[in-house]
Amino acid sequence: MNPVRKKRLFIILGLLAGVGIALALALSALQQNINLFYTPTQIVNGEAPEGARIRAGGLVEVGSLQRSEDSLTATFRVTDGKETVTIRYQGILPDLFREGQGIVALGKVSGDGVLVADEVLAKHDENYMPPEVTQALEQSGKLKHYEGAKQEVKQ
Amino acid sequence: MIPELGHLALILALCLALVQATLPMIGAWRGDRQWMSLAQPAAWGQFAFLLFSFACLAHAFLVDDFSVAYVASNSNSALPWYYKLSAVWGAHEGSLLLWALILGGWTFAVSVFSRQLPEEMLARVLGVMGIISCGFLLFLLITSNPFGRLLPQMPTDGRDLNPLLQDFGLIVHPPMLYMGYVGFSVAFAFAIAALLGGRLDAAWARWSRPWTLVAWSFLGFGIVLGSWWAYYELGWGGWWFWDPVENASFMPWLLGTALLHSLAVTEKRGVFKSWTVLLAIAAFSLSLLGTFLVRSGVLTSVHAFANDPERGIFVLGFLLVVVGSSLTLFAIRAPVVKSQVGFALWSREMLLLVNNLVLMVAASTILLGTLYPLLLDALSGAKLSVGPPYFNALFLPLMGLLMLTLGVGVLVRWKDTPQKWLIGMLTPVLLASVVLAAAASFLLGDFAWAVLATCFLAAWVVLTGVRDLLDKTRHKGLLKGMLSLSPSYWGMQLAHAGLAVCALGIVLTSQESVERDLRMAPNDTLELSGYRFVFEGTRHHLGPNYEGDRGTIRVFEDGDEVAVLHPEKRIYTVRGMPMTEAGIDAGFTRDIYVALGEPLENGAWAVRLHIKPFVRWIWLGGLLTALGGVLAASDRRYRVKVKTRVREALGLAGQGV
Repeated sequence: MNPVRKKRLFIILGLLAGVGIALALALSALQQNINLFYTPTQIVNGEAPEGARIRAGGLVEVGSLQRSEDSLTATFRVTDGKETVTIRYQGILPDLFREGQGIVALGKVSGDGVLVADEVLAKHDENYMPPEVTQALEQSGKLKHYEGAKQEVKQ
Repeated sequence: MIPELGHLALILALCLALVQATLPMIGAWRGDRQWMSLAQPAAWGQFAFLLFSFACLAHAFLVDDFSVAYVASNSNSALPWYYKLSAVWGAHEGSLLLWALILGGWTFAVSVFSRQLPEEMLARVLGVMGIISCGFLLFLLITSNPFGRLLPQMPTDGRDLNPLLQDFGLIVHPPMLYMGYVGFSVAFAFAIAALLGGRLDAAWARWSRPWTLVAWSFLGFGIVLGSWWAYYELGWGGWWFWDPVENASFMPWLLGTALLHSLAVTEKRGVFKSWTVLLAIAAFSLSLLGTFLVRSGVLTSVHAFANDPERGIFVLGFLLVVVGSSLTLFAIRAPVVKSQVGFALWSREMLLLVNNLVLMVAASTILLGTLYPLLLDALSGAKLSVGPPYFNALFLPLMGLLMLTLGVGVLVRWKDTPQKWLIGMLTPVLLASVVLAAAASFLLGDFAWAVLATCFLAAWVVLTGVRDLLDKTRHKGLLKGMLSLSPSYWGMQLAHAGLAVCALGIVLTSQESVERDLRMAPNDTLELSGYRFVFEGTRHHLGPNYEGDRGTIRVFEDGDEVAVLHPEKRIYTVRGMPMTEAGIDAGFTRDIYVALGEPLENGAWAVRLHIKPFVRWIWLGGLLTALGGVLAASDRRYRVKVKTRVREALGLAGQGV
């Protein structure tokens, strides 16, 4: 091999190694920071890992929101039509958080099956339904039911 | 009648775009000057029709023509006139019309300011922009016509503009962002035209540079405005969420930054030609991807409004066609363009290459984090999201590396630099930066490695800039020398200083902010990092299209009143949608930020209090960077005597082949 080619080979090998390391780092960072979505049915069935940060979502059950007397702790239940999960959250709920609305919460499942959320997302458009919640309702077969109810309310 | 005229104008604009996309291209291929000369009038006509069409839609909003479906769902007679006007781009159809209008505007600008370009080149550039315009106008007319009517059952009043968008920030944020997004289409068109013509040379880079600079500056302004808007409007006190839609605007900006630097190398030294072309293609493709992400509703994001999936498919198809065909063209043509000039390790070429690599890697990691959930969802149906820790862990070290190389890159010379000289230049800067960083970190109190490192990097960037300035003016004397430096040099200095300011703002705010969510009854007080907050309760009041509760919070520091803040909770009556208006006392070194959560019993409220040090620096830095871009684009050398230079360059290129 002549020196020019040798140099080129080293440059290319160096580049490949750099790209490989960067990719490995990125993927491992990605693995550690993904939050998987679980439907209430999955959580009740114990499919969600305890102690890992997950996303959970569904419709907030009407009449389930309770606020504590002296702090900002709120508990409410979300449902996919089949099962419900209790969510506990400390802090200020988003503006569009309402009973009957689809929401997504991020947090950890505690031992008693309650999701302790550190973030609650409700969307900025009243007609918008988080895709996860739509899917959860589809899986439990309640989507048609929900949409029918919405139509009736509108008329 | 007027909306129909607008619709008609849109169709005519499409016809002209078709002419502009085909005939001049064929003319350039066959060397037919008459066909090539069709490009300019077609571009002007298209812009005029788009302008008319946009005016028709604006008119429909201003006169409350609720028979137009788009107006009915996004406006209301109680809306103030300026929000009626900005509601034109408040939702999907209108914002696409704005996209098309801005594209028409850029095309018009290119046809007016680039007359000194060789005829073929201009015809090709305008032709490529015509093709893009065809795509978007077709998209508008087929899937999202803003002029559709609701007849005969026309509503008596509109459903109002989304209250989140009833704000000054939203009047200016989308147009700025679109100016940036669409502006990259000019760089893209230049790159494609150069590929088609087979002539990628310094002249091409020089023509493309000012356009890229201006587009990049607009995009920067747009992102800064969006961040500022999110900060005061969403009521969380956050200014960046690594939200997919934010990422969608940030990735083209990163690639645009890489493109600017790469263009500089191509213009000055004639190397990196293929790379520059690839960056121009990538920057515009990511702009299209951004449009797709925002407009298709595939994302869970604060920007995701109710959407129609059909539209997403159209944009995705268009994106695939644009990216696919331009990459194919690149694959066929790029090997033809080769550069013979070499450069050494410590040369500006090399450091700008490192800059490009870092920016590319940064953009790629963001792309990975943004698209990974979508890909996985499409492949396996698993729903997941990627959290901010991922982005922070990868992006922040890369930016540190970028700032380190920036300091060296400013000082090194083209082609090769004597290492001794370089070390002599850098050593004092290094020492001064270390001292400054230690001092700043000491003054700020609580020690944190992130703060120390950022202070060092910021000082490094600024001081190497100053060092370079001293070096450049060493013969003429500081004052005289400074006056004789070109605007593009000052633009560079300003933009780099902006980066340092922005980095300081980001890290100091993230590290030193204090936040408290609590329940406050009237006359409750709270001490928070040296400030005393007194909540005086809320009063109910009525606005033009909302009713709200307006709170009063007095803030004291050492017994002196420093601010009276009025955070508000509003309910917009038409949609019944609640909104938070934060009360902010803005300052150069800190913001005091107060927002109302929800009402609790007995006049008590959930209240959110923040002290955010140096948060303004984030946007100040962003503005400086964008201004730097504008300043650099104003450089006379892009305008004066371009004609002769172009001839020279072409002559040289002709010999080279």
